[in-house]
Amino acid sequence: MEAVARLEARLLLLREEWFHRNRSLDEERKIEYKAAVKIQSWFQGCRVRSYLRYLNQMAIIIQRWWRGYVSRKHFRKMVKTAYFMMKMNFYNEMAVRIQKRWRGYYIRKYVHNYYALKKYLEAISVNNEIVRSELQKYTEMMENEKKRKDLEKKEKKKKYQARKMHYLLSTEQIPGIYNSPFRKSPDPMELLLRKSKPLSHRQQQTKSPFTSELYDWPTCKRPPTFSTGQPLPAISRQKPQGPFHDTAEVFWQRHKPLEPTLHMAAFISSPLDKAREEMKREDWGNCIHDKEFLPFSSYNKDKKYDPLIHRSGKYGHEGYGTKHFREENPKKWVADKDFQRVFPPVVLFEKYGKTYSSTGQIV
Amino acid sequence: NSGVMTLLRPLLLDVIPNIQQTAALALGRLANSNDALAEAVVKGDILPQLLCSLSEQNRFYKKAAAFVLRAVGKHSPQLARSVVQCGALEMLMICLEDFDPGVKEAASWALGYIARHNSELSQAVVDAGAIPLLVLCIQEPEIALKRIAASTLSDISKHSPELAQTVVDAGAIAHLAQLILNPDAKLKRQVLSALSQIAKHSVELAELVVEAEIFPVVLTCLKDSDEYVKKNGATLIREIVKHTPELSQLIVNAGGVAAVIDCIGSCRGTVRLPGIMMLGYVAAHSENLSMAVIVSKGIPPLCACLIEEQEDHIKAAAAWALGQIGRHTPEHACAVAVANVLPILLSIYMDTRSSEDLQIKATLKNILQKCTYLPALEQLLHDAPPNIIKHIVGQFSKVLPHDSKARRLFVTTGGLKKVQEIKAEPGSLLQEYINTINNCYPEEIVR
Repeated sequence: MEAVARLEARLLLLREEWFHRNRSLDEERKIEYKAAVKIQSWFQGCRVRSYLRYLNQMAIIIQRWWRGYVSRKHFRKMVKTAYFMMKMNFYNEMAVRIQKRWRGYYIRKYVHNYYALKKYLEAISVNNEIVRSELQKYTEMMENEKKRKDLEKKEKKKKYQARKMHYLLSTEQIPGIYNSPFRKSPDPMELLLRKSKPLSHRQQQTKSPFTSELYDWPTCKRPPTFSTGQPLPAISRQKPQGPFHDTAEVFWQRHKPLEPTLHMAAFISSPLDKAREEMKREDWGNCIHDKEFLPFSSYNKDKKYDPLIHRSGKYGHEGYGTKHFREENPKKWVADKDFQRVFPPVVLFEKYGKTYSSTGQIV
Repeated sequence: NSGVMTLLRPLLLDVIPNIQQTAALALGRLANSNDALAEAVVKGDILPQLLCSLSEQNRFYKKAAAFVLRAVGKHSPQLARSVVQCGALEMLMICLEDFDPGVKEAASWALGYIARHNSELSQAVVDAGAIPLLVLCIQEPEIALKRIAASTLSDISKHSPELAQTVVDAGAIAHLAQLILNPDAKLKRQVLSALSQIAKHSVELAELVVEAEIFPVVLTCLKDSDEYVKKNGATLIREIVKHTPELSQLIVNAGGVAAVIDCIGSCRGTVRLPGIMMLGYVAAHSENLSMAVIVSKGIPPLCACLIEEQEDHIKAAAAWALGQIGRHTPEHACAVAVANVLPILLSIYMDTRSSEDLQIKATLKNILQKCTYLPALEQLLHDAPPNIIKHIVGQFSKVLPHDSKARRLFVTTGGLKKVQEIKAEPGSLLQEYINTINNCYPEEIVR
């Protein structure tokens, strides 16, 4: 019973304790609940955080791997392009070197050939010298021509003056103007006067307008001299027909110096002709007697035979026809009769002097 | 003026031919002396009467009539046009077909004076069919007729390329080229003038003239004793040279440059001008040709021209030619500078009397921009005005940084001192050049 009393006492306490415990529990429950919640949330948080961390790390790993892969790929590409660029640069350099050499060579050879230019300039100077000397010669020649012409003109004038003043010549008795007795020798004008022919009273021929032009013509070396104007036709002659060429032209044409064509100047068949002529000349030279043999007509019967000098002189041997083979003195002849001929006579010679022509009267 | 025209007019219709001729001659002489009288001749309606019966008349009348036409036509284009309007050209053609050379000469002279004024009148002369007859006239043996025919062809072809082409188509060039060999000086003048008028218009015409094988015969004309033959010869060569480098090359190869240079050296006055211009044209085409001119000793005569001549246009031409020679490369500029040309050019430029037309400045600039011959540049440094100094100092600034001997020389001759004395605005080109030069030297020397 005691136990029950105890228990009943304790029951009151129990109730209080129960109440207190429940109350405190209740009160603590909130706190504990909150604490538990806190702990749980913390723990959950830790769990989630570590999970997230884990996820993060995994993601980082993946990303790392991926980024590495991509970058390596990129890097490889970069390396490839860099290598390519290096190669291309190298090739470009080499190509530049080749082009440099080639362009230098080509331009120096064809476009800006220094030596050719130099040679060309030297050739130009040489050519210039030649041209200058030629032109110098030409001017000198022209000047000489001019001087010569002037001189000739002066001479002509002087001669004309001398001819006009011919009366000033000195005579035996009276010395002329140019032959003063106090001079040692006469003046050159005096000598000229002596040489010149006096002018006749005929009027000086006026220069035809053609003389000066044709004098300069290359083919006509002297001025043609001809009368002025057209020649008057004879009174009784019939009037000439038709339009004739100008007298001056005709005269000029007639006095044109010969300019033979090449055909004429150098014969085509010249060796043969020359040889023929040579032969003819030789024959003529070898002939002793120029006259041909006379025909056997009696027209020439009485013609005396002219002996050669060789025969007719006393130093030449007396040859055939004059020399006889018989002793001249008849006392010394061997036989009385004439000698007989050994050779048969030539018939033609028998008829010599007695032939067939009717002019000779023998027949 | 005292009613002479009214008196002479009926005499033209007189029965006796002698009176007609003398009246025509009198009219011609009156009209020749004075253009008012020529106007009076035209106004008095004398020309139609003169021309009406021309074809039946004898040669003296034709000569006198052509003389009248020439005398009237020479004064002014209006008078020439009135002559043409009277139908004179047909009559002149009839005269050109006549046998007598005097008549032909008078007719071609009249045509020449008419065609001289302007291209319409020339065209009218050409349309009347004058050119073949003139080409025939050139082949005649009389020198006076050849002269006049050549001068008429020259007057016709000078106006325009089409007229020149018409003259060429009639085969005139071959005959004119043959006549260059003729010894008569006045004929050569006209022939050369005709050829140069033909050649000046275009490249094809110039090539045609050259193909007639006038070179090297034309070079003998440059040595003729007559001044105007030389001048016209030089003009012909100039007209050919100015078109293309190939034609210039041809002439240089034929030795034309030497001949022209000698010609310049021997003449004085305006006769030199075409020769100077020819050298300028040749040098302008390319640097090889310019070098050829230098090698042929072209610079001393040009220099002499600059010094001796008084007239502005000749000096201008000489300066221009020197500029063309010197502007290609430093070698050319050096050759020009060595010949002591630059001080002369500078003195002409500085001379207050010389006009702006001389364009010496352009020449100097062209030469200086290529000149690396320092002694000549230094000479100029002392007297030049600011706008020239700019170029000189620029040249120094280009050369001095690379050449140590030149630097030393520059200091010893006092050039550096002169450069310091030049005042330039900061930031201008001149200041930059001066700075470049100063940088070549250590500080103490600059001080």
